[in-house]
Amino acid sequence: MRVHVDSSKCQGHNRCYALAPELFDVDDLGNAFELHDGNVPAGLEDKARLAVANCPEFAISIEE
Amino acid sequence: MTDTVYGPVTDWATDFDHGAPEYNANIYKIWEDLKAAGCPIAHTERYGGTWLPLTNEMVHEIAYDTEHFTSRSVVVGQLKPSEVPDALPAPIGGAPPITSDPPFHQEARRILLPAFAPKKIDPLRDEIRQMCHDLIDNMGDAELIDAAEQYAQHIPVMIIASMAGLPKEDGDIFRSWVHVILAGIGESREEREPVFLALNEYLEKAIEDHIENPRDDLISFLLEAEIMGNKLSREHVAGTIILLMVAGIDTTWSGIGNSIWHLATNPVDRRRLVENPEMLPMAIEEFLRAYAPVTMARLVKQDYEFHGVQMKEEDWVLLPFPAANRDEAKFENPDQVIIDREENRHAAFGLGIHRCLGSNLARLEMNVAVEVFLERFPDFELNTSEEMVWSTGQVRGPRQLPIRIKARK
Repeated sequence: MRVHVDSSKCQGHNRCYALAPELFDVDDLGNAFELHDGNVPAGLEDKARLAVANCPEFAISIEE
Repeated sequence: MTDTVYGPVTDWATDFDHGAPEYNANIYKIWEDLKAAGCPIAHTERYGGTWLPLTNEMVHEIAYDTEHFTSRSVVVGQLKPSEVPDALPAPIGGAPPITSDPPFHQEARRILLPAFAPKKIDPLRDEIRQMCHDLIDNMGDAELIDAAEQYAQHIPVMIIASMAGLPKEDGDIFRSWVHVILAGIGESREEREPVFLALNEYLEKAIEDHIENPRDDLISFLLEAEIMGNKLSREHVAGTIILLMVAGIDTTWSGIGNSIWHLATNPVDRRRLVENPEMLPMAIEEFLRAYAPVTMARLVKQDYEFHGVQMKEEDWVLLPFPAANRDEAKFENPDQVIIDREENRHAAFGLGIHRCLGSNLARLEMNVAVEVFLERFPDFELNTSEEMVWSTGQVRGPRQLPIRIKARK
């Protein structure tokens, strides 16, 4: 599974970073980006889906 | 209940008044009735013409559409910006960057973002916790308390004052100014004018003092900051500090109060959170969704047809994020508060380029304030022998929240 944050849509709500810090981090402005080149380590798939389901800007996409 | 200068509301679909006390006190019923009557967008001639769209789709659309809607003034008032003689012009507006439009908006926002990013805000947790414990210690062993007046209202004002670089002891006066700006929209202009003058005078002095004695706080930071090679004007610095007060105080006070009100009236949820404190962050998101405190506003740039209604240039358009959060087209059982709701794309902090700059701080304050309240008062209920009072205007939350403490630690 892979995740990707569309930086043109992210407005820094930080829901993904709060819910899945293993998969996302934030920069100095508070905007999010994916860790591990977007590769979701085994066992963290539900966390990735949770992050997607809580992004108010629909900025995160997932590839299964 | 007192009316605004416009008098009593005759019909909520065609003559609503969001500044009247009965609006916030009955908000969910009013929206439900409007939608049931087939009115997804209400209108009023009050405040010079104002629209109230109620669906998630409409609120989304307006929040992202900076071409047809301007943020030049985000609090509906009796005067339009063009009627205020010394109003700062677009694209800056009176309280940048919330009142700014692109492309200036992005520059004014970028300088502030680092101060409110999660890694800058998270370390404030211990300080906020201590503040919350001190407020509860001050209550002594009283059985009856007011959680809005003795607790919720103090937390954000102390944090904002300390970040901005203003004396914490001035908290009461900040709150009184913010009250006039936000809650007094329907009061006479003669009553409101002296408050704006006092606020400007206070900030001028504070800025003067920071120029002479620079220190490590936001006012000094803003005085040194540059946008495209130019220092910010004093009006810009003062406007941004007004923004921090207006956006940072009543809003978070409301968010904390709404959460405590819910727990005082829903013992099952309260018990679940006392027994499972690790559920709190998710519960706070649900309180933010169901009781989102903030309704924003925009102005129509030019005559514009929107979902079948004819909006006129400089009409006000309210952006009721709390209504968007209760739209059944987007949320399952939207009127039920489900504290472990897993999918929660709520818009309590707005959407698009004006996402609440202080959302990380607000979330931290709400989480810590409710966590400490539940730790210290594991059992409490609404004290129905005293009056519960809701705020008026675009920020909704309890201003009197009488609570009976039934267990304390």
